[in-house]
Amino acid sequence: MSRARGRATTAPPWPVAVPATLAVLFLALPLVGLLVRAPWGRLWEVLTSPTSLSALRLSLVTGAASTAIALVLGVPLAWWMARSAMRGRSFLRALVTVPLVLPPVVGGIALLLAFGRRGVVGQYLWDWFGVQLPFSTPGVVVAQVFVAMPFLIITVEGALRGLDGRLEEAASTLGAGRLQVFRQVTLPLVAPSLIAGTVLTFARALGEFGATITFAGNLEGVTQTLPLAVYTGLEGDPAEAVVLSLLLLAVSVLVLVALRDRWLRTGASA
Amino acid sequence: MSGLHGRAVVERGAFVLDVEIAVDPGEVVAVLGPNGAGKSTLLRAACGLTPLTGGRLELDGRIVDDPEADVLVPATDRHVGVVFQDYRLFPHMSVVDNIAFGPRSTGAGRGEARRRAAEWVARLGLDGLGDRRPSTLSGGQAQRVALGRALAADPALLLLDEPLAALDAETRLDVRSGLREHLRSFAGPTLLVTHDPLDAVVLADRVVVLEDGRITQQGDPWDVARRPATRYVARLLGLTLLGGQASDGEVALDGGGVLHVPSEEIADGDVLVAVRPSAVSLHAERPEGSARNVWNGVVDGVEPIGDRVRVAVRGAPTVMVDVTPGAVADLQLAQGREVWLSVKATELEVYPA
Repeated sequence: MSRARGRATTAPPWPVAVPATLAVLFLALPLVGLLVRAPWGRLWEVLTSPTSLSALRLSLVTGAASTAIALVLGVPLAWWMARSAMRGRSFLRALVTVPLVLPPVVGGIALLLAFGRRGVVGQYLWDWFGVQLPFSTPGVVVAQVFVAMPFLIITVEGALRGLDGRLEEAASTLGAGRLQVFRQVTLPLVAPSLIAGTVLTFARALGEFGATITFAGNLEGVTQTLPLAVYTGLEGDPAEAVVLSLLLLAVSVLVLVALRDRWLRTGASA
Repeated sequence: MSGLHGRAVVERGAFVLDVEIAVDPGEVVAVLGPNGAGKSTLLRAACGLTPLTGGRLELDGRIVDDPEADVLVPATDRHVGVVFQDYRLFPHMSVVDNIAFGPRSTGAGRGEARRRAAEWVARLGLDGLGDRRPSTLSGGQAQRVALGRALAADPALLLLDEPLAALDAETRLDVRSGLREHLRSFAGPTLLVTHDPLDAVVLADRVVVLEDGRITQQGDPWDVARRPATRYVARLLGLTLLGGQASDGEVALDGGGVLHVPSEEIADGDVLVAVRPSAVSLHAERPEGSARNVWNGVVDGVEPIGDRVRVAVRGAPTVMVDVTPGAVADLQLAQGREVWLSVKATELEVYPA
């Protein structure tokens, strides 16, 4: 009896083992399929094709731009949400979380209605400044920021709330002004979360598809980022779609490596 | 007027802190009180982290908080050094950088700040620890770093919030005597908050007892320890405090019973009698002897304290008595045991209520 129980701690009983194994297979098999069926012989040729190169360049540029915008706008919002005792803070937090759970295509529609040429804000952008966001590269950035910035805000806000202000209080009694407290105490202490949030945001922006294609369209060299190129490739040259998918998979693996201390350590908390 | 002066009123819901406070340069004042008495609120008000809702505080002749006149000097500009109970050292900085933070913030250059920090490292006996992170320090070391960080900023007022509470009993002794030296050499006013009467007696020139937002007693620490005005302080010190009416060298106690006291010491009227547990003797039979106060009672509880045993005896009056473990065995002291008590009149501390 005791031996059976001792063995049970290493080998799970079958009601656990069977579904668990199925889950692993289910998650792993598609990746295996991608690697097995990839046209390795054409890899370089496809990667260096004008379509791929322009999609890659566009993805990197827009991804970097949206990450930068998310940092500039999102970190102050995270700080404000973490520190102010304002009413409606939970409402604000819910608002920030919406893009996380909203289907991206719905986000794209919403962006069109707000920033399209007939949109709530977009009509004035067009009438007064002649600016049109949809179907433009800046439109891609807008879509990515909308979808990805919440990752940064949520991550940084959590870290700031964990800091609970006691060290900042100590710093202020030592004569440090608010900006100095933020730069020398707050920021270094939330740096790990800030980096994690930034990587996460960049990865999400890079993978953005639904909101982008809805709001910015699929114009090669202008709005056709890597995920959109994959989608287009499926209809024309499937090999291209697979190669570009491999590229995006590689980026995901890199992100995982960058965040390994945060996510892959057993029992680690965020 | 230099030093800290004024009246601090902080209302927060049903709780009201309302105290007159005065700390002169070079003076160390201990605020002694139970949890929730408003000690930390007073400290936070003094350093500008909690604004007053009434009264007015002056530091070195400058009004730093006056809600009526809408004056509030924020913590950043108040030059008040604080040693927090949990120290609040910056975990991402070395010991030297922690101590240099104050001088840096108040305008010293990087080199100058580090030089001053290094001085404090040496002065506080932290040699060799300058490059360490706070998480690698012992409790006593962290306490000294926190003190150095507060003092290196050259504060106009030093505040210490339960400076020894986070330490274990053994290190507390060492750190307390070290702290005493450093407080002596600080020229400005010092306000320290504690719930340990020993801190007050060892570290402070004057003690202020704070209970439920009000000052209930203040004065020389030894006087307060000898003649506590409230049950809270008496209990902290292990004394039994009895109230009563004095007349002709006798005190008729409020809770029943009469004690003979040294008649020359006290005028008639309301008085308090402090009874030290070690001044009372226990006996199995009614004692014959010189003690003028003899009464009987029933043992209510027996509890070892260090090398003594503290016995609560219910009677008129009910008192605490310290005896040796041997006496516990000899007298078969246990709950419900009937005993006789005696105490000499000269052993009683009697003073006006």
